[in-house]
Amino acid sequence: MSEAEDILLKTGRFFRRSVTGQDLRTVYLSGGREGDAFYRDRWSHDKVVRSTHGVNCTGSCSWKVYVKDGIITWETQQTDYPSVGPDRPEYEPRGCPRGAAFSWYTYSPTRIRYPYARGVLVRMYGEARGSGLDPVAAWAEITTNPEKRETYQRARGQGGLVRITWDLATEMIAAAHVHTIETYGPDRVAGFSPIPAMSMVSHAIGARFVSLIGGTMLSFYDWYADLPVASPQVFGDQTDVPESADWWDAAYLMLWGANVPVTRTPDAHWMAEARYRGQKVVVVAPDYNDAAKFADEFLAVNPGTDGALAMAMGHVLLRECFVDRQVPYFTEYVSRYTDLPFLVTLTERDGRDGCYVPDKFLTAADLGSQEESADWKTVFLGADGEPVVPNGSVGFRWGERGKGRWNLKLDTEPLLTLYGGDSGDSGDSGENVEIALPRFDGGGPLTRGVPVRRIGGRLVTTVFDLMLAQYGVHRRGLPGRWPHGYGDASEPYTPAWQEPITKVPAERAIKIVREFAATAEQTRGRCMIILGAGTTQWFHGDTIYRAFLSLLMLTGCQGRNGGGWAHYVGQEKCRPQTGWAQLAGGLDWSRPPRQTPGTPFWYLHTDQWRYDRFDAGELSSPIGPGAFRGRHTADLVAEAVRNGWMPMAPAFDRNPLDLGDAADPIANTQEELANGTLRYAAEDPDDPRNWPRVLTLWRSNLLGSSAKGNEYFLHHLLGARSNLPQPDERAPRGKLDLLLTLDFRMTSSTLFSDIVLPAATWYEKHDLSSTDMHPFVHAFNPAITPPWETKSDFHAFHAIARAFSAMAKDRLGVRNDVVALPYQHDTPGEIAQPGGRAPARVTPNLVVVERDYGAVAEKMAALGPLAERKGLPVKGVVFTPDEEVVWLGERCGLVPRGIGKGRPMLDTEAKACEAILALSGVSNGRLAAQGFEQLAERTGTDFGALIHRDHRIVFADTQARPTHVASSPEWSGKESHDRRYSPFTINVEHHKPWHTLTGRMHFFLDHDWMHEYGEALPVYRPPLDMTALFGEGATDMLVVRYLTPHSKWSIHSEYQDNLLMLSLSRGGPVIWMSVEDAAKIGAADNDWIEATNRNGVVVARAIVSHRMPEGTVYMHHAQDRVIDVPKSEATGRRGGIHNALTRVLIKPTHMIGGYAQLSYAFNYLGPTGNQRDEITVIRKRSQEVTY
Amino acid sequence: MSPRVMAQLAMVMNLDKCIGCHTCSVTCKQTWTNRAGVEYAWFNNVETRPGQGYPRGHEDQDRWRGGWEVDAKGRLRLRAGGRVRKLLGIFANPLMPSIQDYYEPWTYDYENLTRAPLGDDVPVAPPRSLISGEPMAIRWSANWDDNLGGDPSEDPILRKVGDQVKLEFEQAFMFYLPRICEHCLNPSCVASCPSGALYKREEDGIVLVDQDRCRGWRMCVTGCPYKKIYFNHRTGKAEKCTFCYPRIEVGLPTVCSETCVGRLRYLGVMLYDADRVGEVASIADDKELYEAQLSLFVDPDDPAVAASGLPDDWIEAARRSPVHDLIMRYRIALPLHPEYRTLPMVWYVPPLSPVVDALAGSGYDGEDADNLFAAVEALRIPVEYLAELFTAGDPVPVTAALRRLAAMRSYMRAVNLGEEPELPHSGLSAEDIHDMYRLLALARYDERYVIPTAYSNTPGAVEEIGCSLDYDGGPGMAGPFGEGSGRPVPVSIESFHGLKQRQTGEETTRDRVNLLNWDGRGKPAGLFPPKKGEAS
Repeated sequence: MSEAEDILLKTGRFFRRSVTGQDLRTVYLSGGREGDAFYRDRWSHDKVVRSTHGVNCTGSCSWKVYVKDGIITWETQQTDYPSVGPDRPEYEPRGCPRGAAFSWYTYSPTRIRYPYARGVLVRMYGEARGSGLDPVAAWAEITTNPEKRETYQRARGQGGLVRITWDLATEMIAAAHVHTIETYGPDRVAGFSPIPAMSMVSHAIGARFVSLIGGTMLSFYDWYADLPVASPQVFGDQTDVPESADWWDAAYLMLWGANVPVTRTPDAHWMAEARYRGQKVVVVAPDYNDAAKFADEFLAVNPGTDGALAMAMGHVLLRECFVDRQVPYFTEYVSRYTDLPFLVTLTERDGRDGCYVPDKFLTAADLGSQEESADWKTVFLGADGEPVVPNGSVGFRWGERGKGRWNLKLDTEPLLTLYGGDSGDSGDSGENVEIALPRFDGGGPLTRGVPVRRIGGRLVTTVFDLMLAQYGVHRRGLPGRWPHGYGDASEPYTPAWQEPITKVPAERAIKIVREFAATAEQTRGRCMIILGAGTTQWFHGDTIYRAFLSLLMLTGCQGRNGGGWAHYVGQEKCRPQTGWAQLAGGLDWSRPPRQTPGTPFWYLHTDQWRYDRFDAGELSSPIGPGAFRGRHTADLVAEAVRNGWMPMAPAFDRNPLDLGDAADPIANTQEELANGTLRYAAEDPDDPRNWPRVLTLWRSNLLGSSAKGNEYFLHHLLGARSNLPQPDERAPRGKLDLLLTLDFRMTSSTLFSDIVLPAATWYEKHDLSSTDMHPFVHAFNPAITPPWETKSDFHAFHAIARAFSAMAKDRLGVRNDVVALPYQHDTPGEIAQPGGRAPARVTPNLVVVERDYGAVAEKMAALGPLAERKGLPVKGVVFTPDEEVVWLGERCGLVPRGIGKGRPMLDTEAKACEAILALSGVSNGRLAAQGFEQLAERTGTDFGALIHRDHRIVFADTQARPTHVASSPEWSGKESHDRRYSPFTINVEHHKPWHTLTGRMHFFLDHDWMHEYGEALPVYRPPLDMTALFGEGATDMLVVRYLTPHSKWSIHSEYQDNLLMLSLSRGGPVIWMSVEDAAKIGAADNDWIEATNRNGVVVARAIVSHRMPEGTVYMHHAQDRVIDVPKSEATGRRGGIHNALTRVLIKPTHMIGGYAQLSYAFNYLGPTGNQRDEITVIRKRSQEVTY
Repeated sequence: MSPRVMAQLAMVMNLDKCIGCHTCSVTCKQTWTNRAGVEYAWFNNVETRPGQGYPRGHEDQDRWRGGWEVDAKGRLRLRAGGRVRKLLGIFANPLMPSIQDYYEPWTYDYENLTRAPLGDDVPVAPPRSLISGEPMAIRWSANWDDNLGGDPSEDPILRKVGDQVKLEFEQAFMFYLPRICEHCLNPSCVASCPSGALYKREEDGIVLVDQDRCRGWRMCVTGCPYKKIYFNHRTGKAEKCTFCYPRIEVGLPTVCSETCVGRLRYLGVMLYDADRVGEVASIADDKELYEAQLSLFVDPDDPAVAASGLPDDWIEAARRSPVHDLIMRYRIALPLHPEYRTLPMVWYVPPLSPVVDALAGSGYDGEDADNLFAAVEALRIPVEYLAELFTAGDPVPVTAALRRLAAMRSYMRAVNLGEEPELPHSGLSAEDIHDMYRLLALARYDERYVIPTAYSNTPGAVEEIGCSLDYDGGPGMAGPFGEGSGRPVPVSIESFHGLKQRQTGEETTRDRVNLLNWDGRGKPAGLFPPKKGEAS
């Protein structure tokens, strides 16, 4: 150190009074607390309020919202979750960067502060009103005048919003509703608001309004393709999954198409921490993703081929744990809890001697039984080889004689196989036949032998024997073509066979499944597979899942803590389900509510069906009956509706209120249907009588997020300008009269809406939050009152309802509404069509519902009398909340006058929260006890240990801290402070059947449509070949697989416009691509590129990265067009959202109904809005962009 | 000679648990820097490695010349030169990252979405610079290379490691590195400041900028090799991570720690010998700095500690310090860039990673459950890369730390599966493994954060803030270069201290009822007039 520097350094001491380090390099200063006031001031605040984010995520994180001078400043996480036990990591802190950035919205420039409407519409409406028309007539005039109609519809999404008053907004909304109900019918009104669990009251209040007026709520879980159809197929359950704390219990964890750190951020720590307990983690994904970072092994798999890998693993598993050696735990498990021992009839394949195909489960009726529901009672062979009709199948669930017998108790050890062993020469060990099994990876059908018996004149085998045939696991003496070993690549489903398909080396597949099986054997089922959207959201996602679930069922992992499937896609579980359903459906006033599966609704009404250029039989099994050949997929939709398998809105080409005017509305409707004067609307969705007319979105950004086939929505449903490359001129445009959105921020949905209402944020209202991944419920609380002219959804819908009721009182009065109801799961309707076959002249289930249109607002604000009079149905049991209604009356006060006189008031959000908790089993032990007692009567088994009558959660508990729920028949797993939630533990530990045909978990699905599609057994189906399906020619441009996984910087479109998230990322829409693909189009990192296909165009910047595999690009989900999206070169118009390149493709097997677990329920079963099979052309564009 | 024992609040981050979610960055920013002048500043940021980081290439000390170096005579000096050189270059500093190296902060025309007149296309919000207000094209951000986005080959560490690493899909690896101020024992920022505005708090070692004294020379920005001091271009002051001292003082974890959903941050007290700081920082061989820094730390049970005059609760906290255990007992936490010689006090547990594909299929890591986990040598993240970050290139301590993590996993797997565990050779006893497992896996809140409060022994500190004028250079007093201090106007809001004082001190409650902080028990003091005979 130079002298001068030394002097200066020493002098530095005197710049302030402080202690300098002996070596003169450090200045120490005591009393620093006086020294830096700025940050201390910055930290200070007036209060901290508990709330959370009602986003469509599985977070349900409780937050501290800081308020200073009446201003929301920031948020940090609460850490006071219920403990999960002293020997495991706790839930705290929970949260993610998206949630941490939420308060930005409160005062941001994208906040919607006032009601808005399109200027041209407001002007026309004002003119019509000014000319003396009443509101309804004014609305009718504008919407029926073709010129005016086109004027405001074409203006949708083009700006020109003007501020209006709440009074004018609610008047126009009410007029639109009254006009629609009067002219077209209430089922032409639709509401869309997803995922109630994230904010139950906000969802329920709008759904309650829509339901009370006879409108239809649209499903979301299936529409989002988050519904794993394999779950109803296999488990007879919508979806039930372990809480994230149960990952801790797993000794082997596979993450398959799930990027947990990004999509389950608050829970990812268990994955990290469980590794320290010796858990092995395997990640299977196409790219080197955030989760791979935690893996012990990372298997890079070709997108969409995961099923092939799982099938090959199943091959090894069956060979090594069921044939070469028998693992007692596995054998015992599958015999008791799965359909593997059940007998299946074999029928001769058309016109081919000696070649058979699997057909239906053998039933008691086949054995000649005449007893109740005999054709719903499945059969296996007992230890003595004699047929046994065991308890527990659906035939025992609903009838009088099934009481006490719907259970899984067994008096005998069922035979898994009919194979007699190898007697040294072929065939002697018993009778064998060759069966044909479809394959879809190229090559002709498989021909493989199964051992058979003849019972009741039918040739039968077991599901287990079919499984071995399907998986290609040969046993000596059985005829057919079989693989010679793991290394045989020519026959499915060997490890060598999957290698060229998946890119995963055969030896790694073998190694992983061996470890998996060994761990499951050693731990009795503590192996878990976390499944994500990467494997769900394919057209054939259900087959991929069934291949996964087979691994878990074969190794005894379901219904075990630390084991089983963990499907975390979407957020299906509103834990206090029953209370929410009561409020949301308005079931306390009238039943049933109208509910429609989203995917086929949009498929028909956005006219995407017209763009299906292929035959519905195109994807059928080559050895199926050919029932779909020559038909259009839309015809199959109509058939499912006619069969009563699935509802549709509108139902008929007539106003259901007019049908209700008949003396006997039901008889009249059936007669008119029979003689053809009345038709199903689904048969001609483009007839203006069959259009939806009013659509309300709240808690949702349909048009900036989930609308697959986005440009079809804009073009046909809205009549707006679009980027649709080749619109079908035959199809109508502009079906909707009114699109209404409630939101707190500007999105594609608000931009395209006719009227936009300013919503309160989640920090400005009371509500409840729960999820599938956590065993607690907790509260939203207002940190501030809604600022400007914003209102909570609750108050907004009440304002709408008041305006509507006032207008409707005289105009609509009291009417009878004819509602068509499908056969519902978990009701006796699920055994209405034996064999799954609808009668030739099927008549729909019709119910007449009285609508008192003047009383809608009053009904919304009171708990109606049907709550206790008809009870609260859930999963086949019914709660009777008589005491709860009294309690709610005392807690909430009684309505003093009107139709709700003397009923508990529901006039605030907090009271609605209170009602939801009081009316649900998970939060009210008295109701749960009722349910378990009914269940015990049906099963004849004991649920006493699950009953905790005194357990009760009130709203104040959830405001104080997240509160643990208790066991209830609403769900399949056990809940308690010392037990982590894992699905089906009640089934496994209390002999309770699954809600399926056999009462067991299903490998085999025998419905005719499953055979038609070749999916009766787990099977590998590759991603759709879109080029072939749509007859597209070859191109020398870069064609890539177009995937839309969930983003690190948003929850769907929410947060993607948040400045903090944009600052931490690339600040606008991006597409991730590999170095190789970027080189092919000459694009560098951050270059502007365009992706185009037959559905639309996307403009984005490229992120070039070596973590991406060649041939696949990622456009992360829901990058809305509102932020930094320039005009495209392809069309000269604004680029689209991620779903501009996708579209709806209906898988017919998802529409099966009326057949045990394959019966309809809202968000339980329905065609998925899958979107991952899509491809796109990508090219570099001019780097000069204009907005 | 008996050590001069001082206490330092330190942090350890377990990178093996970091999910790269950036929640810490956001909660920190929301709490501290979501205001004009520091839009670009992230006191806490998370970098994907390999990657250039933020600001771009900050670890390239050949360019930025941050930290210290040892001269030919073995003496420690600032790498960018001493204060004289700094003062000469005070108006033109080539060693300062430009705003483009951080990133040009931006916003969007959000209001266009609501206000756009009827046109012929969908309204959009294009980006605008927050510096100039003009439309801009976004070319860099605070986290541009997140998840290996773009080309990481410019990563200064990667360049050091050289051709051993191929940036190809088959060999892809990454991990996340959250960074805050290191609150160094030998802070080069403090030594760089010509105004004496930077200081290290005596009681807890937190390094702070005195906003009153800062003259905005920005020498600290250059001096800090971690580039964790930011210039507020609105106030003209330097700002930096404060270790959330207003929270720490009352026993609350820093915002970044408490909000860390990976639960990977640990806070605790480290005791060190303040007299040996210079000696240790001057050790000739970079590779010896890690061990040397360990030697600086004083065992809380050392008799010298009892004689040090440190408050009992601090000594007790040092005994229970999770940070001490991770650094000293298990030796799995390592310093970030010890070769900068600042003796950083935010340490890191290095990350495990998947095995390299080429080795996985060959049965390299065994097929029996006993050997389910791969050997450290087969992991995708090259040990050399980690060594360049944490041990000045010496792979030995990194490998040892990773082995201990791996040993814990295989040991605990046996326990988990009900087998008889075998103690692997890793230098850890069975008790160590159990305790380490408890700290890393269970990571209970009260064991992650052991923070003594600043109150108990310093009653004088509990005062309303903003009035400590009694020092040289206070408000109105000219600084050494004759500039006004630009003292920020305190927001007239109550602080914790004020509130606490008001609740407990008779002086204020008599005149003012504070229902906001009334705990709901009994009646709040001062709400009702005193009854007759009751003391007022």
